[in-house]
Amino acid sequence: MARKEIIKLENVFFSYNNEEFLKNINLSIYEDDFLGIIGPNGGGKTSLLKLILGLLKPKKGKIQVFGKTPKEGRESIGYLSQFKNIDFDFPITAFEIVLLSRVGKKLFKRHSIQDKEAAEKAIKSLGIWHLKNKTLSELSGGEKQRVFVARALANEPKVLLLDEPLSNLDMHIQEEFYKILKQLNKKIAIVVVDHDLGMVSKYAKEIVCINKCKTHAIKCHDINRLKIKELYYA
Amino acid sequence: MLEILQYQFFQNALLVAMLASLAAGIIGTYIVVKRMSLISGSIAHAAFGGLGLSYFLNASPLAGGLVFSLLSAFSIVLFRKNAGNRLDTLLSFLWATGMAIGLVFIFLTPGYATDLFTYLFGNILLVSKIDLLMILALDLIILVIVFLTFNSFLSVAFDEEYSETRNTPVTLVNLLLFGLIALTIVATIRVVGIVLMISILTIPAASAQLFHKTVKKIMITSSAITLVATITGLFISYYLDFATGPIIVLIISFIYLISILLSKFNIVSFFSSCVVQKVKQS
Repeated sequence: MARKEIIKLENVFFSYNNEEFLKNINLSIYEDDFLGIIGPNGGGKTSLLKLILGLLKPKKGKIQVFGKTPKEGRESIGYLSQFKNIDFDFPITAFEIVLLSRVGKKLFKRHSIQDKEAAEKAIKSLGIWHLKNKTLSELSGGEKQRVFVARALANEPKVLLLDEPLSNLDMHIQEEFYKILKQLNKKIAIVVVDHDLGMVSKYAKEIVCINKCKTHAIKCHDINRLKIKELYYA
Repeated sequence: MLEILQYQFFQNALLVAMLASLAAGIIGTYIVVKRMSLISGSIAHAAFGGLGLSYFLNASPLAGGLVFSLLSAFSIVLFRKNAGNRLDTLLSFLWATGMAIGLVFIFLTPGYATDLFTYLFGNILLVSKIDLLMILALDLIILVIVFLTFNSFLSVAFDEEYSETRNTPVTLVNLLLFGLIALTIVATIRVVGIVLMISILTIPAASAQLFHKTVKKIMITSSAITLVATITGLFISYYLDFATGPIIVLIISFIYLISILLSKFNIVSFFSSCVVQKVKQS
């Protein structure tokens, strides 16, 4: 049976402040993918995720998410942004954060029993049910990480997009985290942006290197020192 | 001592104090958790332009203030993204321009502007029946909208980008939230005035945040703190024959300092552990 294509970028160009960030990008993501995206800083990795999510608009080219436009298709995406935009002093509990993914389109949203059950299921799947009433500022780095992954999962997505989920976390937590992702990958596609190639290449099935104008996709078992050099400097 | 409660003007003042405290406690919580105190200061000062204009046109000052504060609130939402890290320039522009427009119109109005001081620094004892009804209407609007939109407000206040990926109507939520800030400012002008406004909008919520870690609890405690401050301030200023605004602000500041001490040194748990020890000893 053929693998189903869920996200497709065709000849995508993106520029910001007259600087070209992405040039002629072609990329397909499939339903069972575990894709690692690597590349130098400022190379456009985050922009790529935001284009898929419809948070940024391409200058040229076509992006399809589940056969729809990014804004329509993103309902089926679970997203974990970089932590730098989050205010960790915000007074909110872990359970409240996870429920936010169920707010959706409605201005006057009341959480239903199904919403609460979905949030509970997502929190339990990450083994942090005991933390549900803790506030954000009371959680450790690794715990925060799991809460935000639970939020990304609570809208029952078909693909998870994670933007540098592991910065500032120690090796042990990183390893644990990738094990969770591997488990999740049995059901949904995973796309993870990471600057630590060592860890991502151990778990991802495929690696894509984004460096402004070029994308290279290689199978993970092909990675060796020479290839990395090629990826970064090609 | 309580014979003043029989007077209509004092009853009005008490009611306005209660209504303003409720609005300020609830909306002040959003202002504090979303770090928007400069934004609200700017909207408050912009409102003065409308006050001056109504003064000149002999219309209701609060209605003029409402129009100006709503316009400035909406323009902040709409230009915020484009302004980027130049947001403070936009805020300063609205802040000073609003004040200047207000002052120009007041100078243009013949006669001595007796009310000027009460709008700048607040005097709740001078509140009229029409003001009271208007503030009541503003309070009802604020309560109903916050109740209905609590979850979408929370989502957007916490993480705008993520809310957008969930197709939550981020711009609409921000327009509503900033609109409510404008309403709250108009509802509290009579209590503390424009210049001291930033106190009642931020300090009670900041005090409450020292003890509570969810938005709902902060809203309740913050409203309670504001209520205590406004009512106490009202009595003190009546008996001392003083403007209410500065007294209320000083009480709010005092509560904040005490709250910091209580939370820093954990005095509450210190005393309770003392009691526990005493019980154990006996």
